[in-house]
Amino acid sequence: MSVGVDEDEKDGPAEPEGGVRSRPRWRTVAIVLAPLVLFALLLASGLGRDPRALPSELIGRPAPTFSLPRIDAGDTIDLGDLHGQVVVLNFWASWCVPCREEHDALAAAWGRYRERGVVVLGVSFEDTKEAALAFRDELKGDWPLAADPGSRTAIAYGVFGVPETFVIAPNGTIAAKTTGAVTYEWLTDEIEGALRAGNVE
Amino acid sequence: MSGRTRSFVVLAAAIAVVGLATLFASGGSDPTRTLNERVHEVGAGLRCPVCLNLSVADSPSKLAGEMRSEIETQLRAGRTPDQIRAFFIDRYGEWILLSPPRHGWNLLPWAVPIVGLLAGVTLWVVFVRRRAPGTAGEVTETEHRRIEHELADLEEPG
Amino acid sequence: MPAMVGTLSLALALALAVYGATAAIVGARTGRPRVVESARTAAYSLFALVVVANLAMLAALLANDFSLRYVASNSSRATPTFFKMLALWSADEGSLLLWNLVLGGYLAAVAFRFRRRRPETFPWALAVMFGISAFYLVLVLGPTTPFATLATAPPDGRGPLPLLQNHPLMAAHPPFLYLGFIGFTVPFAFAIAALITGRVSDAWMRITRRWTISAWIFLTIGLTLGALWSYSVLGWGGYWAWDPVENVALLPWLLGTAFLHSVLVQERRGMLKVWNLTLIVGTFALTVLGTFLTRGSILASVHTFAESIVGPLYLAFLTLVLLGGFGLIAWRRESLRAEATFDTPLSRESVFLGNNVLLLVLTFTVLIGTIYPLLAEAVTGGKVSVGSPFFNRNTAPVALLLLFLMGIGPLLPWRAASASAVLRRLQVPMWAAAATAAILALTGAGVVAVIVFGLAAFVATATVAEMVRGVQAQRRAHAISVGHAIRAAVSRNRRLYGGLVVHLGLIVAVVGVSWAALSDRSSEVTIAQGEIVHVQGYDLRFDRLTSREEPQRRVLVAELTVLDPETGQEIVRLQPSLNLYPAASEPIGTPSIRFGTPFNGMLDLYASLVTVENGTRASFRFFANPGIGLLWFGGAVMALGGIVAAWPSRPRAASPRGHEPLAERREEVTV
Repeated sequence: MSVGVDEDEKDGPAEPEGGVRSRPRWRTVAIVLAPLVLFALLLASGLGRDPRALPSELIGRPAPTFSLPRIDAGDTIDLGDLHGQVVVLNFWASWCVPCREEHDALAAAWGRYRERGVVVLGVSFEDTKEAALAFRDELKGDWPLAADPGSRTAIAYGVFGVPETFVIAPNGTIAAKTTGAVTYEWLTDEIEGALRAGNVE
Repeated sequence: MSGRTRSFVVLAAAIAVVGLATLFASGGSDPTRTLNERVHEVGAGLRCPVCLNLSVADSPSKLAGEMRSEIETQLRAGRTPDQIRAFFIDRYGEWILLSPPRHGWNLLPWAVPIVGLLAGVTLWVVFVRRRAPGTAGEVTETEHRRIEHELADLEEPG
Repeated sequence: MPAMVGTLSLALALALAVYGATAAIVGARTGRPRVVESARTAAYSLFALVVVANLAMLAALLANDFSLRYVASNSSRATPTFFKMLALWSADEGSLLLWNLVLGGYLAAVAFRFRRRRPETFPWALAVMFGISAFYLVLVLGPTTPFATLATAPPDGRGPLPLLQNHPLMAAHPPFLYLGFIGFTVPFAFAIAALITGRVSDAWMRITRRWTISAWIFLTIGLTLGALWSYSVLGWGGYWAWDPVENVALLPWLLGTAFLHSVLVQERRGMLKVWNLTLIVGTFALTVLGTFLTRGSILASVHTFAESIVGPLYLAFLTLVLLGGFGLIAWRRESLRAEATFDTPLSRESVFLGNNVLLLVLTFTVLIGTIYPLLAEAVTGGKVSVGSPFFNRNTAPVALLLLFLMGIGPLLPWRAASASAVLRRLQVPMWAAAATAAILALTGAGVVAVIVFGLAAFVATATVAEMVRGVQAQRRAHAISVGHAIRAAVSRNRRLYGGLVVHLGLIVAVVGVSWAALSDRSSEVTIAQGEIVHVQGYDLRFDRLTSREEPQRRVLVAELTVLDPETGQEIVRLQPSLNLYPAASEPIGTPSIRFGTPFNGMLDLYASLVTVENGTRASFRFFANPGIGLLWFGGAVMALGGIVAAWPSRPRAASPRGHEPLAERREEVTV
């Protein structure tokens, strides 16, 4: 097609290509591109990471104490009373889909380690008593459940979403933490580890 | 006085007024703040854990409300904002602070704007002062008019 | 069926993109116009195919075809029809469909615009656009394709994210943003074409001038609507959280604004050529970076709903854009020498350079703040947050400096100013600033208010004075009425007057934002039914709570009456609500707002419902926000100014244009 005269449709003249100073040109190119390559690499490094995984501040430190009202019974449950036992503290909610997925793993761990004094305790997070009990009835779990008025305990444990599960060693320190649905393997690993640590003392 | 001097004086007077106004303007917020405001202040520096990038003070989520309660309780008990912040950092990590604490690598984001501004101003000065060799060309229309003006200014009485 | 139709059309479109790029390049290099023509036809066909794909998805959504995973995840039988349609772009995979649609549209538009006469760079620009289309088509056909099917279709879908179906504004905000982002593809493509062919005079800028301004207008509207959505829907009383997604929308706007200013310097004086090319490559790269950050699963924010593995693809493309663009610029360095230098700091070019420098500083500030958490984790493994306090503190001073430049820029002529002329022009604006500052100080305003509003008065007065001066000149020269003079002045220099209107709009928005920020008044109160509470200088009475069932949610509405504390008169009845969606973790509140107008002191009365206890006590957040209305108004004025600037002029007689650096060559002076 012909090139028209309308200003918007006309290019300027082509610039002649100079071959004389090609070496400095490549150096310019290299200098310009180096930081960009670095930037790209940095961005790439972020790709493998899970944006939601947070390192826990609390591992190895004494577990924050609590005294919470039971949902499935009338009394309160106090962490101090459980000293000397391994406690699997599971923050969950009825509206949380991964909490459903991990329910079987928790039930299996509860079944297996119950006689050895391990306690699985479910703490309700941002939920109503009715919804929690309905969830329990539907999935047929039978470990103790507690409410967390004002989310004080959740805040004390640095919980920012559900499910989050902590394993507390017999001496009262936090041995492990995970966010997201727990697996049976993780639970058994951590519980065994905590039991061993307890036997040594 | 000449037109230019007159303009100058007038402008200087205006700047003086602005400066005085700034000086006499009230110097900032009340020292006596209500508990609510203090909770808000501490909360504004903390990140709401469930809604991401909103502060605890701003966030409408339930957990943020409960954290504000916690802050209020601690303020009532006499703890300082720094202690309260430390309380949350202990549990959530430095991530819970809405601004990166200024030490180590975290100084980088704080440095970039300042360094950038300085670099930018320097670049500007360098560019504006750069003179291509041999730009002394003919006098343009604009420059011609300007010369006339300046001459006229010089010739004005006073 | 829709899956097949959709996938097939997109695959064909991809084939066409590859063909089109090849044909355009081959046609250009071998000088065969017919081959280039076939590329143009390919552009039209590509667009048509992408439209078909979008329609296929729309049909699937409206027909409740849950065999498509996307429909099952983002729609449900109970979702209202309007929001079903919106679901087309409300989630990641679907938004890619919209992206391709807009990109295809721009491709077809460019092909159409140059259907008869075209510059030599046209085929190369078309090839670049085909290449970009190909990338986004690969993305939409790739692992996260919206047309993925499920083995067994569930009986009902999950429904959209509650936050995305709460408000019809969701309809307008993304399309405008996309029209803005993708609009910058056009000047980028022509810039690359210019670099490849060696035709690096400012023709590429002239050719794409209106496209760039239009993209800027769309982006401005998109950002304003986003802020409006955040304010009216999210219920936290604010409009900008420095959320990563908000930031990545702002970044191209900042660089695009810088670009719109510096092109004027290149046109007038032949300077800043490398700078302009760098800016347009940077602006385009930022639009790609934006989509990468929000869909590459790197950062998590309010908006991010993506967990896909397309991150590496984006990264590769971004790298290609940066390396290719800057590499080409470095390669052509010799041809891009400036034709002139700055004469003096006191000239419009110098102010424009200052504007660019400051906008660049702002861009880097926002960019570093947004990606620092990622960098920190890469280097130290620890997680940090960068939020509002950082951004506000670091952008405010630069923004104020920028405002100042905005005021004096139009007062300075090109090349050089006589100091006395400038001083004379500064007088009235300075006195406006002084008067404002004095009044504010005397009525007890703080230092910040005095400075900000004094500066605003300065800029507003200077801007209006420039407009008046231009109109007056026309009146005197041609002895015509004011109305005619305005029309004459504007049509002679649309970009100047459009720009001045944009500046005014920005000042109005800044005044609104500052006013609101300086009067941060909010409270949280719990009120029992029937009780009256005194808050923020108003009496609030919680009247009652009603509940209604909608197909997709349950809505609790609280009736809150705001009363004048002295007279007891009702000012307004607010109805903040809580929306309970079955799949959501907590209720989503919808605030109730009495918007400020000039008649009620520009004061927004804003209430959101936080929690309800037993149906008789409720907690509210109540805000008395002054000035926020000015933000929306200012945004609209800015868009209007852009339209004035981009409006087509009457066709002029063809005039030769050489390369002399001096500006005034024609009778019609452009800015």
